[in-house]
Amino acid sequence: MKYSILPDSRGYYGQFGGKFVPETLMFALKELEEAYRDAQKDEDFQQKLNQLLNDYVGRPTPLYLAAKLTEQCGGAQVLLKREDLAHTGAHKINNAIGQGLLAVRMGKRRVIAETGAGQHGVAVATVCALFGLECVVYMGAEDIRRQSMNVFRMELLGADVHSVDSGSRTLKDAVNEAVRDWVTNVETTYYLLGSSVGPHPYPMLVRDFQSVIGRETREQILSSHGRLPDYIVACVGGGSNSIGIFFPFIDDEDVKLIGVEAEGQGVASGKHSASLSAGSPGVLHGAHSYLLQDDNGQISETHSIAPGLDYPGVSPEHSYYKDTGRVSYVTVNDREALEAFKLLTTTEGIIPALESAHAIAHVTRLAPELSRDTLVVVNLSGRGDKDLGIVNEVLTDE
Amino acid sequence: MSRIDTVFSQPKRKALVAYVTVGYPTVKSTLEIVPMLAECGCDIVELGIPFSDPLADGATIQEASFQALQAGVTPRTCLEVAEQIRRKTDVPLAFMTYYNPVLRYGLEAFCTACARAGVEGLIVPDLPPDESVDLDGAAQNHGLDLIFLLTPTSNNERIRLVVEKSRGFVYVVSLLGVTGARDSLPAGLGDFIGRIRNETAKPLCVGFGISTPDQAKQVGQLADGIIVGSRLVQLIRDDKLPYEKVTSFVRGLRLVLDK
Repeated sequence: MKYSILPDSRGYYGQFGGKFVPETLMFALKELEEAYRDAQKDEDFQQKLNQLLNDYVGRPTPLYLAAKLTEQCGGAQVLLKREDLAHTGAHKINNAIGQGLLAVRMGKRRVIAETGAGQHGVAVATVCALFGLECVVYMGAEDIRRQSMNVFRMELLGADVHSVDSGSRTLKDAVNEAVRDWVTNVETTYYLLGSSVGPHPYPMLVRDFQSVIGRETREQILSSHGRLPDYIVACVGGGSNSIGIFFPFIDDEDVKLIGVEAEGQGVASGKHSASLSAGSPGVLHGAHSYLLQDDNGQISETHSIAPGLDYPGVSPEHSYYKDTGRVSYVTVNDREALEAFKLLTTTEGIIPALESAHAIAHVTRLAPELSRDTLVVVNLSGRGDKDLGIVNEVLTDE
Repeated sequence: MSRIDTVFSQPKRKALVAYVTVGYPTVKSTLEIVPMLAECGCDIVELGIPFSDPLADGATIQEASFQALQAGVTPRTCLEVAEQIRRKTDVPLAFMTYYNPVLRYGLEAFCTACARAGVEGLIVPDLPPDESVDLDGAAQNHGLDLIFLLTPTSNNERIRLVVEKSRGFVYVVSLLGVTGARDSLPAGLGDFIGRIRNETAKPLCVGFGISTPDQAKQVGQLADGIIVGSRLVQLIRDDKLPYEKVTSFVRGLRLVLDK
């Protein structure tokens, strides 16, 4: 089966995706899709994008054989795709640069964005500084508290950070508020969505701009090992870093793809963010996808130690891969993520983002079961500086 | 002809459509207020089923939805409320809610329950006609009017699509933005309504941002009806039996529309 042709013309991946938005935005989504299709065919646009990815973001990011972590796990060879080394410290910049160029191309001078951990917000604020665009970032009040350093970074970069006090005061509510802004200012404003969620064409756009991660990984491993990896592991919140590394391998059925969701304090506790593993299909933020909801269709509050995974929805494309079985989805809880955070820090001298630590945690379970000649690639989607406050809080409590 | 169609079959009468969030501030207040709205001259009442993530709503309806959910209001509660209201008044009722609660209930089951409760219409602001095939099928099976929205960003192609699919009336969103009272009407409203009028003879009701008799009067001259929501919800929040603030507001609107 060939997966890479999706989505279809209506923005669907099987039964997932679509455009469930107020009428006000239907025109804007169509305009965005047309602008994107044009840009894809425009060599000048592609060249500008590639040059910025190389010279500004610092791509390609290395594919690093983590020898000490491999030794520690005692099984498969573990390779880290070092998105933590990208400018601003996470993979989010890949998409922000791509969509930022699109905003400029469309003549929109005002950019809005939502952010959870603050990594996407920082990436957008960075791109807006670079391109001279006005920038407004919506962020849940709870996340502002947890990630104050990123708030400061965004403000230094010239962004206006709006605190969102409604609902659970996290990423979901920040998206609601960004959409309300967009509905009001749609004629002048570009909504720079940061994850592979939302109405079509956003999941496709974000996936395409993030696929540079997987394309590089493919080239790098073919050059270093002469073959494709056996496993690729990445964390899944909304699903952008995982779809970015998975997609260029999606039609290579021998490459096993594993998405790691946040189990928080355990699925049974209700305090988790495992939309695919423990959710059901529904419509949130413009797309039909798996989500966490109650019996009445109200969206559930979520929890994860990693703010970037703390979201009740997930990419429609991941929803489709779950149902078709192309990708396996597993969960890692707060405690396991924290252990993996410490492990990578002490064995490799790399402090990972708590989001990425979820992927590392799964690898510490997976690799020991596998033989030495097995290749496991992990997407190290971001660095952990932003999480030092959270980790310090937890360690102090203990 | 549906009960909503009947409203628009009276020549010269401008329709007054009222929105209330079910269960705000209490279920009891919703049961008391809706029949009074009908007595004071409302022609259609929209019953809002609260949703956790009302992204087309401004602060007033967000807060009302949040409080209603905190008090335990569910789609089932809303169906029961509609059924009880139906025993007291024959004013046409339409549910206004987001797509996920309807989807979760089950499209066919929800439409069956609506018809049984005496609800005649459905308004789902995050469900454009492009995504509505399934719900529309279920609604038609049960004689429900599925009412779609048009906004100032709708081009002529979208206007044609929406007016073709919309039954009962077409919900014309007056402005770019979310629900909520505004000080003045948006410029260009007349032209926008004119663009829609060129494509359809279906009734057009204008909502979002209408909060004063003066605004109601102006819009009444342009369209077939007006929709008031946030302002009414604010009054309901601060009022109690015999609801003098609410009823005098509604009577005032009726008066200017009838002039």
